Amino acid sequence: MATVLVLGATSDMGIAIAKKFAENKYNIQLAARNPDQLKPAQSDIAIRYSVDCTLHAFDALNFSSHERFFNELVPKPDVTISVFGIMDDELTAFDDWNTTARMINTNFTGAVSILNIAAKYYMKEKKGTIVGISSVAGERGRESKLIYGSAKAAFSAYLAGLRNKLYKQNIHVVSVKPGFVYTRMTENLSLPKLLTAQPSEVADAVYNAVVKKKNIIYVKWFWRYIMLIIKNIPEFQFKKMNL
Amino acid sequence: MKKSIANWGNYPVVESDEQFFSFTDQLNQLVKNNDEFIARGNGRCYGDASLAKKTISTLKYDNILSFDIQKGIFECQSGLTLDKILEVIVPKGWFLPVTPGTKFITVGGAVASDVHGKNHHIDGSFSNNIVDMDIALSSGEIISCSPVHNIDLFEATCGGMGLSGIITRVKFRLKKIETSFIKQKQVKAENLEEIISLFEKYNHYTYSVAWIDCLKKGENFGRSILILGEHATIDDLNEKQKKEPLQLPKKKQITFPFNLPSWVLNAFTVKAFNFLYYGKNFKKEINNVVSYEPFFYPLDAILHWNRGYGKNGFVQYQFVLPLEAKQGLIEILQRISDKGLGSFLAVLKVFGKQESIISFPKEGYTLALDFPVRKGLLEFLDELDKVVLQYGGRIYMSKDARMKPEILEGGYPELDKFKEIIKKYNPDGKIHSIQSDRLFLTSN
Ligand SMILES: Cc1cc2nc3c(=O)[nH]c(=O)nc-3n(C[C@H](O)[C@H](O)[C@H](O)COP(=O)(O)OP(=O)(O)OC[C@H]3O[C@@H](n4cnc5c(N)ncnc54)[C@H](O)[C@@H]3O)c2cc1C
Repeated sequence: MATVLVLGATSDMGIAIAKKFAENKYNIQLAARNPDQLKPAQSDIAIRYSVDCTLHAFDALNFSSHERFFNELVPKPDVTISVFGIMDDELTAFDDWNTTARMINTNFTGAVSILNIAAKYYMKEKKGTIVGISSVAGERGRESKLIYGSAKAAFSAYLAGLRNKLYKQNIHVVSVKPGFVYTRMTENLSLPKLLTAQPSEVADAVYNAVVKKKNIIYVKWFWRYIMLIIKNIPEFQFKKMNL
Repeated sequence: MKKSIANWGNYPVVESDEQFFSFTDQLNQLVKNNDEFIARGNGRCYGDASLAKKTISTLKYDNILSFDIQKGIFECQSGLTLDKILEVIVPKGWFLPVTPGTKFITVGGAVASDVHGKNHHIDGSFSNNIVDMDIALSSGEIISCSPVHNIDLFEATCGGMGLSGIITRVKFRLKKIETSFIKQKQVKAENLEEIISLFEKYNHYTYSVAWIDCLKKGENFGRSILILGEHATIDDLNEKQKKEPLQLPKKKQITFPFNLPSWVLNAFTVKAFNFLYYGKNFKKEINNVVSYEPFFYPLDAILHWNRGYGKNGFVQYQFVLPLEAKQGLIEILQRISDKGLGSFLAVLKVFGKQESIISFPKEGYTLALDFPVRKGLLEFLDELDKVVLQYGGRIYMSKDARMKPEILEGGYPELDKFKEIIKKYNPDGKIHSIQSDRLFLTSN
């Protein structure tokens, strides 16, 4: 039976993805800063889907711990999925370097740190799958997502580069750019229903992309076109817009 | 975020700030940060029991915590719904000890309404099967209770409509089954007298329920179909069923897309009932083996069937009368039939004895039917309430959206004890609902 590692498993999307793979008979490794919180999810996955589910402490910001974290995983995961990310208030972040740094380090640097390690392991094995949950916010820089968007843009570029690097070694990399998703992060926003996905829809899309070796996925299909339009607005106009 | 919410009857509709949690520490924060709230499960109670200005939803708190397959003991977080539980336990040879007529309710809701099924006269209500559970009090503290530990809290939580606190974890006993099928017997009754005597004749059956035609007058007043059932054994199954005796039912669901004018649903049920009643295969009795799904959850096949009552919504009226008060049953049905405001079908069940302070079931006959909301309805139901009390009966809070406080008081002799206990565990009065305010259960 194959094993999947979910990094950032306390998020709504992380849990939904873990359950989707468990349903398809993968053993599950849930990693989060506070793994104790995940004990109920662990029993749920094990009982509901009759698969193994283990918990692992993982702190995206503690880069130097990542090597050891990955080495201690038994067995090594066949699929590594990076779901973690934070979205702080942009005005606070602009004023406060610590907040900015934390956003960049979680959404980009931390993800690169752990995925480099997974990638090196998969290169040795000559197989493996890496999934990164990035964001449509990374498609084009704009005021309301200044730091978050640029960190996600960097992450998307990293994933694309990694896909290119690992393709020849039989390792597949999936970039996921969910649009709006109903999660704790967005609970207090009123989101357009048509454009907003449930975490379980993201999970279905991720599973499907892994099985069918898709490269870049948007969860609700029209996001691809929305982003196409947004990317094509000339900069001299774009800079004047309130976005 | 503030939004409009309503329960199954779509009446009343209120503005509420509905908040969610996935982890126990988040719940603790929510309880501390809110100056008032009521727990909300899947909104399948019909009226205003889980409505308030601020509601704390358990729907994202839904993990299975343990399942002892040998002993049949199941433990989960309170937001898990019964349909999800069935998917896990049925293939392993276990069933819910008690189930209401819909599987789309949470375990927290099952406890807070202390729900009953078609087997109350044999197995009691949901709370009879609880091993122990945890409650988050209005202080944020979580404490456990059971029939032998923190007994007062246990008693005020079973059937207590969420007023003692937020149930977070429940451990309960399951029922052993050999197959997932039900051996069903349907018996036709010409009138009310006959259906009552059929209930008495077949009272050894584990499951029993009757569908009564509320509109028929004259000598066929109360014509009905009694539906009886037992969990089928392997020997009861045909060859095809035997191949997978514990199979889950196939998912077949249609959705009611929008609100329909309210006569549509009635016309539909009239047709369905008559089709069965006058069907050529239905002389007096039909015996067959069916999946548990159509037996327990016939209405779940149509998602959002409540929209069939139109946009004004409906109230469900459910009361119980003592066994000896048959005259009361006749009188109430007569009034309903004369008035013609109610739905075509009513559901009749029997309750066995029950000892509890605030749970609805008590020994007797219980009748439930729907009333689309329209002018004159509330006054009419107030009249019925008086008849119910006069015959020593009571009304089910879980279906209620309009009862007056004196009616509650008249039906539940231990109400003061209940109020005292919830005051003890909820001293700051933070926990209250629109219903509890209306019924003076909580004073704010
Ligand atoms: C088609 C249909 C058939 C039904 N058949 C039956 C039947 O046969 N027998 C029967 O007994 N009932 C029946 N019911 C009623 C239903 O079972 C109850 O109303 C049940 O309580 C609904 O649970 P819920 O999860 O939807 O909770 P809600 O409707 O959201 O809440 C119901 C009550 O439970 C409280 N509550 C919910 N979760 C918690 C929690 N975690 N902690 C504390 N309090 C909580 C709420 O505050 C509220 O008072 C039926 C309902 C429908 C729609």
